[in-house]
Amino acid sequence: MRRDRRRALAWSYFFLLVFAVFFLTPPVYMLLTSLKTSAEISAAASPWWVLSPTLANYVELLTSPIYLTFFRNSAFVSVLVVSITMLVSVPAAFALSRMRFWGSAALATGVFLTYLIPDTLLFIPLFKIFAFLHEWTGIEFIDRWWVLVIVYPTLTIPFCTWIMIGYFGSIPKELDEAALIDGAGYLQLLTKIFIPVALPGVIAATIFAFTVSWAQFLYPLAFTTSADQLVLPVGIVTTLVKGDVFNWGQIMTGALLGAAPPLLIYAFLMDYYIAGLTAGATKG
Amino acid sequence: MARAVAYGNRAQAPPGGRVRAFARRKSTIAFVMTLPPLVIIASLVIYPAAYSFYLAMLNKSMERFVGLANFGFLFTRETFWMVVKQSIIFAVSAVILKALIGFCVAHFVHNVPSKGQRKWRGMLLVPWVIPPAMSTLAWLWLFDPSYSAFNWVLQRLGASALPWLGDPYWARFAVILVNVWVGAPFFMIMYLAALKSVPEQLYEAAAIDGASWWQKLWYITLPMMRNIIAITALFSLIVTFANFDIVRVLTNGGPVDQTHVFATWAFKIGIESSDIPLGACVSLFMFPILAVAAVFILRDVSRRGTEA
Repeated sequence: MRRDRRRALAWSYFFLLVFAVFFLTPPVYMLLTSLKTSAEISAAASPWWVLSPTLANYVELLTSPIYLTFFRNSAFVSVLVVSITMLVSVPAAFALSRMRFWGSAALATGVFLTYLIPDTLLFIPLFKIFAFLHEWTGIEFIDRWWVLVIVYPTLTIPFCTWIMIGYFGSIPKELDEAALIDGAGYLQLLTKIFIPVALPGVIAATIFAFTVSWAQFLYPLAFTTSADQLVLPVGIVTTLVKGDVFNWGQIMTGALLGAAPPLLIYAFLMDYYIAGLTAGATKG
Repeated sequence: MARAVAYGNRAQAPPGGRVRAFARRKSTIAFVMTLPPLVIIASLVIYPAAYSFYLAMLNKSMERFVGLANFGFLFTRETFWMVVKQSIIFAVSAVILKALIGFCVAHFVHNVPSKGQRKWRGMLLVPWVIPPAMSTLAWLWLFDPSYSAFNWVLQRLGASALPWLGDPYWARFAVILVNVWVGAPFFMIMYLAALKSVPEQLYEAAAIDGASWWQKLWYITLPMMRNIIAITALFSLIVTFANFDIVRVLTNGGPVDQTHVFATWAFKIGIESSDIPLGACVSLFMFPILAVAAVFILRDVSRRGTEA
């Protein structure tokens, strides 16, 4: 019996190792390539080792104005979208979970269902709508980074509202009754009790909103084209990958730096990140 | 109870104008709080979705209503049927592989002593955390025709180099492989959470009855996880069916349109060739699967509602 268990454990470790290699090969290879010079990349040496590591790619990208522009655009868009999402989702989730009114349950389900309508179904009509709005108002929407601030919340609000409804729903009713008897208004109830108690949920929703807006690729690819309006994912794919001249060292450096913010958040706030991921399904 | 409290609260409120009294009413406040997401969703999700049905029925210059002519035109094109086939193969095989790998890896993680689990889980979720457009670039480089690191290994092992993205079959395999790589960790995390919620006593009772590991899996684990397995697979099916990033970056539909899925082909037609109606038409083919999924999820949600 004990020998069986030990053997099962050994096999578990073996397979975990195999899958860890499969899952971590691309990021590790990104790191290796980013430390090489172009000469070393095109040499016949082993691609899996770095002979003369250099940070030249990093220095070059971090001093290149265009790459910093991508980074800044991404940061602006993500921070604005996260703020809008939280300001909109948290009160809505509070109202839908606690201030039951006619149709609130149906609304909560409806909000969640819109999460299922993918960006790939919406980008063409949205493109046309923005062109239309331009003719109508004279404001240019296409090829402006802030148009992303308008469309990204549709990707984040439904799921964040759903997560927050779940977290708010788990707060005991006695707590708000007590607060209301003490004379607190709904706004105080939300800011003084619900948000502090459901803080893990707020953090999980914030992380979710940030990672979604940071990684979004289709909308910026469809709506922005000028180099100074691009966000990171599109900027790297369209400007660093130039025709036949692939400077792979720089592309991998750019991709790795672009992946760094979500990776850092994940490294430091792993439990919240995972709570946000699993909140949708394990509830109930 | 809550209503009585709310009224009591209103009675104690300092005398103000009628507007303030109206603003203090519970349902008004609740309505104001839910309004912003409703406006955003209605104007930027519901309206465009409905609008795309209308767009799909216009001619290329969008001046004339042509009814279902665009759909008729699509049905006569060979590329369209290729895209239908590839989308289905891509989504179904990727979801099955993700579910299987996720299930196995979740078990392996669950098996090791709990103080090591965090470390493994943390490492194995990394593919899900990296933005897919970035990680797909790494795969593109790994598959590079002249410097492929995979081919280097294959050649060291005495095998011949593979045309990873140059050959239609290998290219189809490659896009599925990358999709599985990105998505399997998500299944792993969901299944691991589900495994943790199975009461340990069930396994102890089964062990006393002399159940083999296979019987424990079949009669305890799978039935207990059934809901999460179903809902995760359903979600993943929607996301995979609507996938854009991976195919776009890795093959951009090539070689000769063989790896296009609905989303990338719609982008090529609608944005790059500026035939907006035909592009809308192609993207609408993602709708039926969404409708089916919505029905299942609604059923699940309403069942949970009655249980609670």
